[in-house]
Amino acid sequence: MILGKVQVPASVKAGEPFEVRVLIQHPMETGFRRDLEGRAIPVHIVDKVWCTLAGKEVFRAEFGTGMSANPYVAFFATASEGGELVVQWSDDRGDEGRASALVDVSPA
Amino acid sequence: MRRRTFFARIAALAAAASSAVRAQGRFQPPQDIAPLVNEITHGAVPEKKDVEVELPLLVENGNTVPLRVRVASPMTEADHVKAIHVFAERNPRPRVASFHLGPACGRAEVSARIRLAGSQQVTVLAELSGGRFRIGPRDVLVTSGACLDDASL
Repeated sequence: MILGKVQVPASVKAGEPFEVRVLIQHPMETGFRRDLEGRAIPVHIVDKVWCTLAGKEVFRAEFGTGMSANPYVAFFATASEGGELVVQWSDDRGDEGRASALVDVSPA
Repeated sequence: MRRRTFFARIAALAAAASSAVRAQGRFQPPQDIAPLVNEITHGAVPEKKDVEVELPLLVENGNTVPLRVRVASPMTEADHVKAIHVFAERNPRPRVASFHLGPACGRAEVSARIRLAGSQQVTVLAELSGGRFRIGPRDVLVTSGACLDDASL
């Protein structure tokens, strides 16, 4: 289980883009570092993130080792009616995590 | 005499080895990212416009560099940004991330925090619907690089 969180505005206007911010707790090991005994620390990264709003895919991302530790990503989404925004992620060892937020749509 | 030459040789060897290691660790030469871009564009020439890349002018720590990409697009079903790819030419692995968007995003804007191994040009490639491409190169100065333990500049 990889921990993380997602943040959306408290209320959004129908059809207007709002920012979704995602923060994941992960070391994002590049594979280039060495431990105290000089052994290479193997690559360990979150490589996939995907987001759905009311069951429909909104955003998807593939990360490389060039993403910082504890990766942060923000993107925009629009909603015409309220629903649950779910963000899921998985790392290269098959570990997964998810976070969700309720999108509250106020009439424009 | 023989002992002296032996020591001299050992010293020379050690010096050569250590300087080679240092050169490798210190200097990651910029790679040509054109083949990586071509892998996505399949030969189409990306236009150099509409992509705004926001990066600090001077980065003190290459381990977390805030990046924001904005692509001018109406984001409708007919005309939207399908994907945004980020390349860093001096990173040991130049493909930093790919973001896939759609008309449901409403705005073609993505931000993230990335690693940069040194002063270099960061290239952002936007893949638009209808097989069009936009590219936005951006130079950035990094005083302390990421990825390599003793990378300097």
